[in-house]
Amino acid sequence: MQNSALLHFCYYLESTSLNATIQDHFWIVPTIQSLHILAIASVLVGALLINLRILGIHGQSEPITTVIARYQTLIWVALPVLLITGSIMIVGEPARSLTNPAFQLKMLMLLIAILITLHFQRNWHNNHSYAQADIGNRLLSIASLALWIGIVAAGRWIAYA
Amino acid sequence: MNDILIFIYSNPIAETIRENEFLFPWVETLHVLAVTLVIGSIALVDLRLIGIRALNRPISNISKELLPITWMAFLIAAITGTILFTSNAMSYSQNFYFLVKMILLGLAGVNMMCFQFIIGKNIDSWNHYQQLPTSARLSGAISLALWVSIIFFGRWIGFTLEPVLAVS
Repeated sequence: MQNSALLHFCYYLESTSLNATIQDHFWIVPTIQSLHILAIASVLVGALLINLRILGIHGQSEPITTVIARYQTLIWVALPVLLITGSIMIVGEPARSLTNPAFQLKMLMLLIAILITLHFQRNWHNNHSYAQADIGNRLLSIASLALWIGIVAAGRWIAYA
Repeated sequence: MNDILIFIYSNPIAETIRENEFLFPWVETLHVLAVTLVIGSIALVDLRLIGIRALNRPISNISKELLPITWMAFLIAAITGTILFTSNAMSYSQNFYFLVKMILLGLAGVNMMCFQFIIGKNIDSWNHYQQLPTSARLSGAISLALWVSIIFFGRWIGFTLEPVLAVS
């Protein structure tokens, strides 16, 4: 996706004063990226523990809903941090990110991963049984793990694609 | 010292990585994944130690649940990190941020040993505690500060690495 509206938006972002500030100060990008990585750590460990429980690999001493309730906040608290730090990086180098296929793929995978997370929360809402997840949900949780790994990989590949 | 670095630099894995432009980003991606899981899982233990999170859960349960993930991820981070290092050993060994990161890793290890063998040796007797003894809370705070710094210094390496020629 590289249409002219997107390119115009990139040119606009490049003309903003925030863009100039980011370009002028060497320390801003690595600092923002470090914060971004810390927030990713929160999402990943939360998603990993929830998905391993649904798959029946880790944490079986508690019902699925308990594990989801405990770790979903790690995902939802970190996402706004990721949005803010990610947006700052985009304003700093708009064309490098927005028109980059790795970035676009990352956003698509993020959307699907969030939808799966919401589905899990709804599915086990008020369901306190220890019963194993059905095959459909276990497949979804494998997809979720693959998507989160893909999101991190695509994020790193923005620098190379 | 320089001879050792050149020897490391010329090992076959390092050469393969330098010759294949896609290999470095993939190893780097694995390294990022592993590192985020290391700090994510350690932070949950540290936040419980400090007394910020999960106060109604015994620390022994939390560490038993999370430490296998930490160690698995740490092993992958160490292996991928070593591969990245050897691919450009001369440059990394002269990079300030890399050297500080290694020192911080060492300190995190020392802090962990202190907790394992001294501060936390009676960890099972704390099961009914909400707030843990001050030494344990301090140990958690030091660990968290070290690991957050390790992330920052690690990210900074990529922005400050300067090429050093291998010729001697």
